[in-house]
Amino acid sequence: MADAAEAQTSEPAYGRTDWDDHHHLPTNTGLTNEKVTMWAFLGSDCLLFGALISTYLLSRNRVGPATRGPTAADLFDIPFTSVSSFVLLMSSMTMVLAVTSIQRAEMERCKMWLLTTAALGSIFIAGQVYEFTGFYREGLGFTTNLSSSAFFTLTGFHGVHVSLGIVMLVTMWALVTRGNIGPERAETIEIIGLYWHFVDIVWIVIFAVVYLIP
Amino acid sequence: MNTATVSEDEGHQEHHDHGLSDFGYIKVAILLGVLTALEVATYFFDFGVVETPSLLILMVVKFQIVVSYFMHLKFDSKVFSYLFVTGLVLAMLVFAAMGTSMAFWQNPSGCDASAFC
Repeated sequence: MADAAEAQTSEPAYGRTDWDDHHHLPTNTGLTNEKVTMWAFLGSDCLLFGALISTYLLSRNRVGPATRGPTAADLFDIPFTSVSSFVLLMSSMTMVLAVTSIQRAEMERCKMWLLTTAALGSIFIAGQVYEFTGFYREGLGFTTNLSSSAFFTLTGFHGVHVSLGIVMLVTMWALVTRGNIGPERAETIEIIGLYWHFVDIVWIVIFAVVYLIP
Repeated sequence: MNTATVSEDEGHQEHHDHGLSDFGYIKVAILLGVLTALEVATYFFDFGVVETPSLLILMVVKFQIVVSYFMHLKFDSKVFSYLFVTGLVLAMLVFAAMGTSMAFWQNPSGCDASAFC
């Protein structure tokens, strides 16, 4: 508790000293450039996933005259994917708890939630690898047909995003453990959290549009 | 205190409103879990013609909840909302452009491109 009080009084938020009288940063927007940049990146990433989801929807039933083979939709294991989706959804909750913990200077709790979030993300990725392996054994590879290429590209890109998020979470955990990130730099964890929540909302769309809607 | 000062104070207050308590976030997560269960229920039970609209509505609601509460967009500066919504709108335009292209493009033989022939 003493640490928390000290952290709140001794350092200005985010480690910055250039606030004006109204606690706004001297930027055009009054907001930190790092956070604006992350939101701009997330906005542009919407375009990437928008294009990938569009491509999948337009080619989901196309197997071609020569290649044929099953489509991903023929092989979906909805109960299994539902559990994976739930795991990723709950990782968003643990992520936001990590952010609130560091804002309150509860460093041990923050580290615990960061690791929990990374672990839940890893479970999701493990599930995706299991799912992809199953599809391959059933004869659905990346180049089997147009539909499978679009499916693996979409879900693979999402998986890469989640994997990068796990790397960032573990890095944050290490930095918090070493004392490189304290309550005064809580916004760093918040920005990583924004990225993590984004991969969650992308999966919300993929799960509904790709897996559930017939 | 003039109007401008009041407005600045209100803006300051809004800027420092950082969202829910931990218990509030847990309640939001439970709500998201329930909505996901409803989505999955459409796989096990036949909802007829309302199935696809229901799934789309549930998807939008879940999306909105995560963005508003977990990503703090509801409590944060409007600048972030503008940046994000711009990306979303552009993504929808990409989908609309691709959809219309596939619907209208035909090869000289009259074969519909969407039929992959």
